[in-house]
Amino acid sequence: MTKAIVASGLTKHFGDVKALNGIDLEVEQGTVVGLLGPNGSGKTTTVRILSTLLKADSGSATVGGIDVASHPDDVRKVIGLTGQYAAVDNYLTGRENLELFGRLFHLSKSEAKVRAAELLERFDLEDAADRGIKGYSGGMRRRLDLAASLIGNPSVLFLDEPTTGLDPRSRQGMWDVIEGLVAEGTTVLLTTQYLEEADQLASRIVVLDHGSVIAQGTSDELKNQVGGDRIELIVTHSEDLARAEETLKPLASGATVVEEAIRKVLAPVSGGSRAIVDAVRRLDEANIDIADIALRRPTLDDVFLSLTGHVAEDAEVGPKKPGRRGGRGGKK
Amino acid sequence: MTTITPTSERSSFVWLFFDTLAVTKRHILKITRVPESLFFSLIQPVMFVLLFAFVFGGAINVGPGGAQSYREYLIPGIFAQTVMFATAGITVAISYDAQLGIMDRFRSLPMSPGAVLGGHTLANLVQNILVLVVLSITGFAVGWRIHGSIADAATAYVLMGLFAYAVTWIGAWVGLKMPNPEVASTAGLAWLFPLTFASNIFTPVSTMPGWLQPIALWNPVSCIALSARKLFGNPTPGLGSTFPETHTVLLTFIYAVAIIAIFAPLAVRAFKQNSSGGKA
Repeated sequence: MTKAIVASGLTKHFGDVKALNGIDLEVEQGTVVGLLGPNGSGKTTTVRILSTLLKADSGSATVGGIDVASHPDDVRKVIGLTGQYAAVDNYLTGRENLELFGRLFHLSKSEAKVRAAELLERFDLEDAADRGIKGYSGGMRRRLDLAASLIGNPSVLFLDEPTTGLDPRSRQGMWDVIEGLVAEGTTVLLTTQYLEEADQLASRIVVLDHGSVIAQGTSDELKNQVGGDRIELIVTHSEDLARAEETLKPLASGATVVEEAIRKVLAPVSGGSRAIVDAVRRLDEANIDIADIALRRPTLDDVFLSLTGHVAEDAEVGPKKPGRRGGRGGKK
Repeated sequence: MTTITPTSERSSFVWLFFDTLAVTKRHILKITRVPESLFFSLIQPVMFVLLFAFVFGGAINVGPGGAQSYREYLIPGIFAQTVMFATAGITVAISYDAQLGIMDRFRSLPMSPGAVLGGHTLANLVQNILVLVVLSITGFAVGWRIHGSIADAATAYVLMGLFAYAVTWIGAWVGLKMPNPEVASTAGLAWLFPLTFASNIFTPVSTMPGWLQPIALWNPVSCIALSARKLFGNPTPGLGSTFPETHTVLLTFIYAVAIIAIFAPLAVRAFKQNSSGGKA
């Protein structure tokens, strides 16, 4: 397979803050890679370098086989970018916005019209096409923004936190649209703070923290890295806790954990659903009342916590965000 | 799905032209969508004319004609002041574009990098022309007259348009350098006040303290106001024989061209480098 995006050794400083500390990244054509990390981890900086908005201090990168530093204009012809803000003009209608960006992509007047109409239809914005987008909902604006980034039919699409601030239904709608694009062969580099989003969309996940890649792989690989399945048992009577732990120990593949306050026993296991059948049988034989028992796969939250020692949404961790643009217009 | 074929055979200069037109159209559409903004940009200079003509005018003596000759003196000054303060609008507008990510979108497109600012400044010129028309009518209503030839008057208007266009590039540059619209709205005015008021727009330079006079004489804002006064045949009290007083029109023209030559490349460079997002 060919690589749509290749980056090696990207570094970037903003004043004293080291935003990128040598990022290596490869994205196969036609796949989705999710860049996952807390605020300040370098996700957006990486995307800005790859989409030609920012020059790296050192390192190199190609997008669609084109060098981003030496031929930014050629890169711009094959990419689309959707940032964290719906970058559309509030005072224009949806159609006017798309036609403007089409013209600036150097489509002819008629091509820009046709393309705008196509995208409005595809993104379910036909009814609102000729209304000022001041009146659009958050989800509609994001869809229009995504449509604008597709005006040139890009082969590589950068999505920087495409669903931040959207309600669950709009988020699902965006996911469907993104999945549709990938099915058509578009390569997507996605940044997100939502582990669920990376899990849902990305075939590979690259975890960033403090400007470095700290882990990468498929969602399953990352989860296995943290450990396999675990049994979560909650007993009815707290006096049973010690006996329950003893009962599960022979099944456990690692150390068991007891959380007394919520009468919970955690036991890492291998063997999947067989293990839980075993566990239930043994607990039953030992006459322990089960309030709740479940086999739980680690989530990407667990992955993140174990890799970085902090949770993904923790905005306090990491360097202060460098550069300009204060809080306004950001995450709502 | 249509096949996308960006027509790149045109030279970059031709694209600068077409892209600038596309961006200008965006801003003109915006003016029609928010007519209030145009209305208030017209109301403010009109208020200045009325205030200075009737409230302060009696206290400022520029010649034997009394209040009437002050009004004739005043209007070209207000023209100059108005085109200067119009730049504050572009400073804020550009800063908003940066904050809302629209600048980033433009910068990620294969468009001509000069066109975003070209469109902003051109649309601002269109608005400035409208303002000059309304101001001329207001001035006429309070007693301002054109005494010179039609050719001179036309030269005055063209020179004011050119000067107005030139200073918007300063406004554009300031807008790109500021971190957010709040700061931009303050910074956009900060440089305007000393530059605009240390000039002859409201009072003759000869009434100022000695150390200030050369500054005020060479001030480009004085030059555009004095050029207009000369070309319209309005009063020019206390006119001396220094270079800016004898070669005013030429100097104003040089100033305008120099401002464009310096600030247009600076602003375009700031636009290209401006990584307004800056979020890691």
